[in-house]
Amino acid sequence: MKIGNSLATLAAGALFGFGLAASTMIRPEVVLSFLRLQDFGLLLVLGGALVVTAIAYAVLPRLMKAPVLGGQFQKHPIHWGRSTVVGAALFGVGWGLCGVCPGPAIAGLGAGNWMLLYAIAGLALGALAQGLTSKGD
Amino acid sequence: MTLLHTLFPLGWEHYLLGGIAIGLGVTLLFAMTGLVGGMSSVFSSTWSFIVDRPFFQQTRLKGSRIWRLEYAAGLILGAFLWWLLLGGPDPETTSVPVWQLLLGGFIGGYGARLGHGCTSGHGICGLGSLQWPSAVAVITFMVTAMITANLVGWLQS
Repeated sequence: MKIGNSLATLAAGALFGFGLAASTMIRPEVVLSFLRLQDFGLLLVLGGALVVTAIAYAVLPRLMKAPVLGGQFQKHPIHWGRSTVVGAALFGVGWGLCGVCPGPAIAGLGAGNWMLLYAIAGLALGALAQGLTSKGD
Repeated sequence: MTLLHTLFPLGWEHYLLGGIAIGLGVTLLFAMTGLVGGMSSVFSSTWSFIVDRPFFQQTRLKGSRIWRLEYAAGLILGAFLWWLLLGGPDPETTSVPVWQLLLGGFIGGYGARLGHGCTSGHGICGLGSLQWPSAVAVITFMVTAMITANLVGWLQS
């Protein structure tokens, strides 16, 4: 059962990573060309992923009582507060500076882009700093 | 045809198909395990292995650290399969300078965790479950990212 969960999670991540690579989101230059309004492809990537996900989140809990491997369908409510906006604004500044966000930073390694290790180091240290300075949750 | 070429000078099909594959990955995770998977949390949850502070030891992070790492390993595997089957002979690389990757990563990592999500957490999972705080977050980071990217591009040209 436990190994089944691990394999399913790995396979789901692999589909995700394949999509990030196939859509060239693992190339910071492509992401930056979207942010500079030269190529709107990122909207198709986000839109395609979003439509599929929205259907799955809406339909699966009605079709099935529980996930295939047991447990229950999570809701994961998004926290709302000033930190959500401030954090998102900062995230955008970082993203706009390097053209790399968490998913592509990790996936890019699979296609041999070792430069992204710098971005991963930055992301990890940023997350550490956030945790160490956090007063609440 | 010209409009398509103006909006998508490198073609549009690979963007849409890649996006659908990403959505199917999120769907597979949800269908099999019920988990909702954004990507930025792994950068916090993994610290729980070595940092003893209460923040990193909370259940939300400690309890998810294993599957988040498995999910991340899957990401690498999937991109590797793409490289093997469809990618070029040379490994991917980038000409974005190291300082930008490091500093951009740091600010982005701090912000994503403070704001409870990134492009995948808010943009795909949050919007996919129709949560309005994620819509505010997505619009906010799109705007600040566009301003930053244009400013940096302008300074470097």
